Amino acid sequence: MSVRRLAAEQPEGFAFTPENLDWAQAVIKKYPEGRQASAVISLLWRAQEQNGGWVSEPALRYVADMLDMAYIRVYEIVTFYTMFNLQPVGRYYVQVCGTTPCMLNGAEDIKDACRKHIGPKDTVSEDGLFSWTEVECLGACVNAPMVQINKYYYEDLTPESLGSIVERLRKGEDVPPGPQDGRQGCAPKSGPNTLTDPAIYGSDDSGPEPGYAGTSDPKSKMPGPY
Amino acid sequence: MLQDKDRIFKNLYGLHGWQLPAARARGAWDGTKDMIARGHEAVIEEVKASGLRGRGGAGFPTGLKWSFMPKDDPRPSYLAVNADESEPGTCKDREIMRHDPHLLIEGAMLASFAMRAHTAYIYIRGEFIAEREILEAAVAEAYEAKLVGKNNVNGWDFDIYVCHGAGAYICGEETAMLESLEGKKGQPRLKPPFPANCGLYGAPTTVNNVETIASVPDIMRRGATWFAALGKPNNTGTKLYCISGHVNEPCTVEEEMGIPLKELIDTYAGGVRGGWDNLLAVIPGGSSVPCLPANLCDDLTMDFDALKALDTGLGTAGIIVMDKSTDIVRAIARISYFYKHESCGQCTPCREGTGWMWRVLERMANGQAEKREIDMLFEVSKQVEGHTICALGDAAAWPIQGLIRHFRHVIEERIDAGATKPISPSVPVAAE
Repeated sequence: MSVRRLAAEQPEGFAFTPENLDWAQAVIKKYPEGRQASAVISLLWRAQEQNGGWVSEPALRYVADMLDMAYIRVYEIVTFYTMFNLQPVGRYYVQVCGTTPCMLNGAEDIKDACRKHIGPKDTVSEDGLFSWTEVECLGACVNAPMVQINKYYYEDLTPESLGSIVERLRKGEDVPPGPQDGRQGCAPKSGPNTLTDPAIYGSDDSGPEPGYAGTSDPKSKMPGPY
Repeated sequence: MLQDKDRIFKNLYGLHGWQLPAARARGAWDGTKDMIARGHEAVIEEVKASGLRGRGGAGFPTGLKWSFMPKDDPRPSYLAVNADESEPGTCKDREIMRHDPHLLIEGAMLASFAMRAHTAYIYIRGEFIAEREILEAAVAEAYEAKLVGKNNVNGWDFDIYVCHGAGAYICGEETAMLESLEGKKGQPRLKPPFPANCGLYGAPTTVNNVETIASVPDIMRRGATWFAALGKPNNTGTKLYCISGHVNEPCTVEEEMGIPLKELIDTYAGGVRGGWDNLLAVIPGGSSVPCLPANLCDDLTMDFDALKALDTGLGTAGIIVMDKSTDIVRAIARISYFYKHESCGQCTPCREGTGWMWRVLERMANGQAEKREIDMLFEVSKQVEGHTICALGDAAAWPIQGLIRHFRHVIEERIDAGATKPISPSVPVAAE
């Protein structure tokens, strides 16, 4: 359990952009009729993205009205699920995994690097570019230690490589996500020691996908604004 | 040692493309129509005969679980695929979803057909955004190729949707996941009724782990005897092992069930940092199972039954290795903090107990406890275990019990060392 409250200062109102509105209507259709509440997490998530990384009170009322839900039910959702930020975050929001597998591999040093390059935890830097927090297991344990910056994972970090990522983002450079030590996914660092028999691939002559996690457009995978 | 040809997840490391043409060339979606033509019961019988046990942690026989679904029920049936992989130490489903998503989609179709469901929801954890984008693209490919959807080429009307959570470990519990899918807080439901009778939207539902479902197409294609010949009796087939922590080359690897732990670590993960003799302890199945000290690891085999005999479990096969430089009390205290953070707050023993146990462990890690508190902590963990709606209470209690069982002397030494130092005059920590 963690205590979570809405931000003290709230904007005037909230409405989806026409593009997001169309998207929301399509999401609602994934669920049987009368079960539109199932879409609440997806819609709140999109609202958070549109709102620059946090959910405001007008946004949760807007989503509740759209799904015909009581405000209190949506309030419960945003306070229960910890990925909904209830306070503004930096343009680059760094979430450091601090759970045991990452901790064994140096997550404490990564947190120190965040303090050094960004500032105190849960505080947006003065230029509005960065904020960082500690989160629970992000599920990339063999690539520890790691952080999530906005949408994507930066893995196999050292305090130096994290510092360099932050400084490059500060300068407006692109920093591709994924393992930062040249490793291929979750394979051993010195290269895969299984799945080396070419016969198992049959007629599959495709190579590794360029970009992060097999997404073909590396440019679109940069940690842009929410 | 498992041969490459017997591996199910051929693209585990993303050395090839995830898209449909590449997946098909590796064998996905091959003969799906014929498997479906064999009939509902034949699919269930094949999976039963293969001995496949759920890969999400509990190890329940998959075919048996499917057979609990009602056969002629007026309500729609659902398959919910549990992709809310959040157990610390576990990162296997992620690799399936981002590198071999078509195995998962095909498996979801076969499983849905077996239990007469026309709709499947894949519930993926909110943090896996890249994985979700790939999975959604793969589902779109499957629709485009008419492999799924209404009037598809495989002959079973089937819709599949990708949904996501937003950062709640508890949503990996099956009924909490159903609550979350319905748009509520992820607080587990009392069982019975079980999901097979009253699950998603009050309709018959089966919840299966990603790895379980993604193994089904290969079992159907290659036959139950192939799968059952791998591993050990009652622990058949292959399994993805995630080896993290203090090994030279952490990695995820597919191997047979029942492989010796030492062989697994030495062959694939480059050995324990500083050599096998530098091993302190291993958490063999994700953070929720009790740890094992090095002396029990020498001849340990990785399967449900062998680990259960040692009062621990295979769980998700997320192996966390700790060498002798580890502060084991602090490592387990961090796991306790995790459970305190992730308790949903529904049952009092868990909501209050996880925080209490974490605070005591933190003091023990700092050497600011009394020795009588060790027994008290063990006793309280027994009061939490088994007295909550879901297994999160058990999951919070077990690592602490494992610590006390095997490393009591470390806690005592810490307390002895702490007693010689003045305790800092900090304000007593209140429960939040």
